[in-house]
Amino acid sequence: MRTLMKVCLFGLAALALPLAAQDVAPDALVKSVTLEVVELIAKDKEIKAGGRAKLVAVIEAKVLPHFNFTAMTALAMGQNWGKSSPEQKKRLTDEFKTLLVRTYASALAAYSEQKLDFRPLRAKPTDTDVTVNVRVLQPGAQAVTIDYSMEKTASGWKVYDVMVGGVSLVANYRTEFANTVRNSSIDGLIKDLQKKNSSQEKK
Amino acid sequence: MRVFLIFLLAALGGCATPGEERDPRDPWEGFNRGVYRFNETVDQYVAQPVARAYVKVLHQEIRSRVGNFFANIGDIFIGVNNFLQGKFENGVNDWARFTFNSTIGLLGIHDVASEMGLEKHNEDFGQTFGRWGAPPGPYLILPFLGSSTVRDGAGTAVDWTVQPVGEVRPIALRNSLYGLYFVNTRADLLEAGRILEEAALDKYVFQRDAYLQRRRSLIYDGSPPREKLE
Repeated sequence: MRTLMKVCLFGLAALALPLAAQDVAPDALVKSVTLEVVELIAKDKEIKAGGRAKLVAVIEAKVLPHFNFTAMTALAMGQNWGKSSPEQKKRLTDEFKTLLVRTYASALAAYSEQKLDFRPLRAKPTDTDVTVNVRVLQPGAQAVTIDYSMEKTASGWKVYDVMVGGVSLVANYRTEFANTVRNSSIDGLIKDLQKKNSSQEKK
Repeated sequence: MRVFLIFLLAALGGCATPGEERDPRDPWEGFNRGVYRFNETVDQYVAQPVARAYVKVLHQEIRSRVGNFFANIGDIFIGVNNFLQGKFENGVNDWARFTFNSTIGLLGIHDVASEMGLEKHNEDFGQTFGRWGAPPGPYLILPFLGSSTVRDGAGTAVDWTVQPVGEVRPIALRNSLYGLYFVNTRADLLEAGRILEEAALDKYVFQRDAYLQRRRSLIYDGSPPREKLE
């Protein structure tokens, strides 16, 4: 009997672990990750002095796990996603991820302790696709809204698009990607992304 | 402000690839790319160097006061546009902002209204025309001013006709104010320009799409009908 109890308890504990990650509400997740990263940046002398590599490392460790880059790349590729081979899909996702992380790092580096306003989530508990809204407040200017489109997955809520001031990142890359594929090919786009990323690295 | 202006910035240097296939939203792409290149050149050799010098000479604190001063004047017609769009509560809010900031805020250099909970809005005649049902029309790059559309260009013309700085005399003072406005605005965008440079494969396309998305969002005050990406 005691052994059975133990097994049951063990089973429950094992179940509870992944459940914990899934149970975090999307708005709470955005808030805790944002505050954590903002605090890390504020404290870190290396990042404050412009240490971009360190900042990228922080983003990779804290922010990336909550993004679904495959979904983002698929959305940005539109119809061309279906025409890509698994190998091409993987390389596209990797390059797009690098590009987005670097851009995100630049945007964060420009952040100078503006006030953040985390808006309450307007969604039903059963929803699996929600938008989490954060506003960046600055005196003398209209607040900038950041909307995270998030989808519920087996491993918790994942971001698949970010809208800044009403501009969807994913949608914004759509035309660029489509143009490049039309004018050359999917491999041409991969090459362009690689070129873009390596030219940024040298800076 | 800086964060989203990353995407709106019209004046920046760089190369352009000619679009082989026309985007239905941008039938004048060839012409636009020409004006774009012109703007970039002006920006690279005049506007950016001046803005960089300005940033070096004036402390951030003072630059933000300058920004507040012009933002305060802007609130008058932001209010008018809110009234024209039937958003009376917002219009009253904007005029209250102008009243408090012009007095307690010392001619607008302190944004005391925001601290009182009166939020700053973003409105202009282009948005009002959009709200009244005017479609954007073809994308249009204006010399010096950058991204626009036929509708927003008409809006900008009205914005500039009615804005009160034009009435300032002597002319030399008015022109100095215009100069200060442009330099301060460009200085605010330096960081954004650098990020745009990093993010875009083709800056012309990236900027155009961001502008069109942004304007659509503004017309619906941040919540446009959702366009589902498939």
